[in-house]
Amino acid sequence: MLRRLIGSVIVMWAVATLVFFMLRFVPGDPVAAMLADAGGPDEIAAMKRQLGLDRSLFVQYAIWFQNMLHGDLGASIYGSRAAVTDVLAEAIPRTLSLSLLAFVIALIIAVPAGILSATRRNSATDTTVSLLAFLGLSMPDFWLAILLIIVFAANLQWLPAIGYAPLADGLWPWLSHLILPAVAIGTAFSAIIARMIRSSLLEVLKSDYMRTARAKGLTPWMIMFGHALPNAMIPVITVIGIAFALLISGAVVVENVFAIKGLGRVLIEGILNRDYPVVQGAVLVVSAIFVFSNLIVDLLYGVIDPRIRLN
Amino acid sequence: MTLLRVENLAIDVARDGQSCRLVHDAHFSVDRGETLAIVGESGSGKSLTALAVMGLLGEGLSVSGGHILFDGEDLTTISARRHNDLRGSGIAMIFQEPMTSLNPVRSIERQLTEGMRLKNRLSRRAARARALELLTEVGISDPERRLKQYPHQLSGGMRQRVMIAIALSCEPELILADEPTTALDVTIQAQILSLTSRLCRDHGVGLVLITHNLGIVARHAQNVAVMYGGRVVERATARQLYRDPQHPYTQGLLASVPRLDLPRDTPLRPVPGAPPDPTVALPGCRFHPRCPKASDICAEQVPDFIAEGGHEVACWNSGIQKLKSKGAAA
Ligand SMILES: Nc1ncnc2c1ncn2[C@@H]1O[C@H](COP(=O)(O)OP(=O)(O)OP(=O)(O)O)[C@@H](O)[C@H]1O
Ligand SMILES: [Mg+2]
Repeated sequence: MLRRLIGSVIVMWAVATLVFFMLRFVPGDPVAAMLADAGGPDEIAAMKRQLGLDRSLFVQYAIWFQNMLHGDLGASIYGSRAAVTDVLAEAIPRTLSLSLLAFVIALIIAVPAGILSATRRNSATDTTVSLLAFLGLSMPDFWLAILLIIVFAANLQWLPAIGYAPLADGLWPWLSHLILPAVAIGTAFSAIIARMIRSSLLEVLKSDYMRTARAKGLTPWMIMFGHALPNAMIPVITVIGIAFALLISGAVVVENVFAIKGLGRVLIEGILNRDYPVVQGAVLVVSAIFVFSNLIVDLLYGVIDPRIRLN
Repeated sequence: MTLLRVENLAIDVARDGQSCRLVHDAHFSVDRGETLAIVGESGSGKSLTALAVMGLLGEGLSVSGGHILFDGEDLTTISARRHNDLRGSGIAMIFQEPMTSLNPVRSIERQLTEGMRLKNRLSRRAARARALELLTEVGISDPERRLKQYPHQLSGGMRQRVMIAIALSCEPELILADEPTTALDVTIQAQILSLTSRLCRDHGVGLVLITHNLGIVARHAQNVAVMYGGRVVERATARQLYRDPQHPYTQGLLASVPRLDLPRDTPLRPVPGAPPDPTVALPGCRFHPRCPKASDICAEQVPDFIAEGGHEVACWNSGIQKLKSKGAAA
């Protein structure tokens, strides 16, 4: 476990470093962008000095890295000049709320759908689920997002089309702003998981220990949830870990459609403005989420599978 | 009332809209405290017959004829719900593969107690106490520790003992053991078999012991049913069967069992030929292509079951058959 933890830290460091250098090699000068036509060469040089951009790349990296270790991610070099940590502190809860809600919605749909289609293989239910899953997978999430806005926000006016309300404003305002984007992101995820659960469950239902469970005369409920599902979820959990990462990247796209100022929005604005510190910080957080969700998957394995727990 | 009586049981499989008969005519009976062995080579329909009794025939398989009377209740006509009620508490089953028959992610305690908690309405504590008793009874030492363990921490023999404990846990009247020792070491095989038959006798449980090894039958079973190609072809007490096997197939099986009462260099003779393909229709006796005694009628007409002093056989050329036709002619 400790080795995994150290490995995770190394991965995050590698990602952060990669992004740091990649950003600098992307064409485009932040200072020129900032000052636009207003500044002559002198002003640009002065600005660069002020921001530390005139130093060598490695010195910049060393400074940035040292500050990062102290929890200082620098300040935005654009507009408000807000501290990157503040920008992120505001954005993270939004993206996390959105992703987690999408995750929950997706599982609420995927688990019963997967179970139903596996237990009634080749029935009308199974075909319907397969069809819906195929649809869900083939719809790009931004497109689905726009569709949802048109139907539920514009036409039916059941839910707000854009924006975000923190949980502190109450459960419903928070939820109502997030449902549509969460569905938009969660649909593909849900389709993947439902298909996974179906195939994994079909495999498990054929196994000898399931025959034993049936021979005990247990209730169908005990057989499904006590014996079949715990085994069927083992391979699914890996996919959930990977898919959760996809979900975060889905959030990045969909946040823009719904004008939610989450990590995705921050990231994209940061890139457009060549706002190095902001982009670096955001990427660091996203990679931390990836690494963290992988760690959780590993932990879950141990919880669900005693064969792993002991080794 | 006989505990279990299977009569003219037929099992079909539906494949591509066609149905094909896999078991043609299985019949036998078992009483409480008694052991019946069902013997036959691979593919003769032993497992299917047992699964039909359990009501656990797989997808596409169905009982298409005959009766399964358990305590007088016909299992071929009862509701699925009633059948499920009987499983575990009325009839239990032990399977061939101890390595895979237990759920890998559930503790032994959970797997051993869940049946009792559901069927006998035992509290967690009572079920646990009984689980400890059962484990001791099936010869597992340190049961406290074993309860907390998972299947992968147990050897094959130990897992099969756990399966036996599970089978006994809800005090069934009948246990079906489908080749319970085939997958185990030879030394452990004998232990497990003795354990199973002793426990069934002590608890007054009827035992159906499925095997393709006639050698073990003599020591553990009172009665034997020999199956061939989906049919029971001979039925007798173990003693009768060994002393005077009637069906040429049984004779062939017996000749293929190593025997201690014959000189050590007597060659083992397995029954020559391959078992019949259940998908190919075959008129007459299903054994006739392989039968050393086959005559014309064998290829034309299915032999009837003839009984003599509790020894029943379906063969045109058996001694009992000849005796009977002589009697009829006189
Ligand atoms: N689900 C199924 N679909 C089609 N055929 C089947 C199915 N299950 C069993 N069979 C066939 O039915 C016949 C009897 O099978 P069964 O498993 O009862 O044999 P068995 O006597 O138990 O043999 P073994 O000693 O190998 O366990 C075999 O020929 C088998 O191929
Ligand atoms: Mg079998």
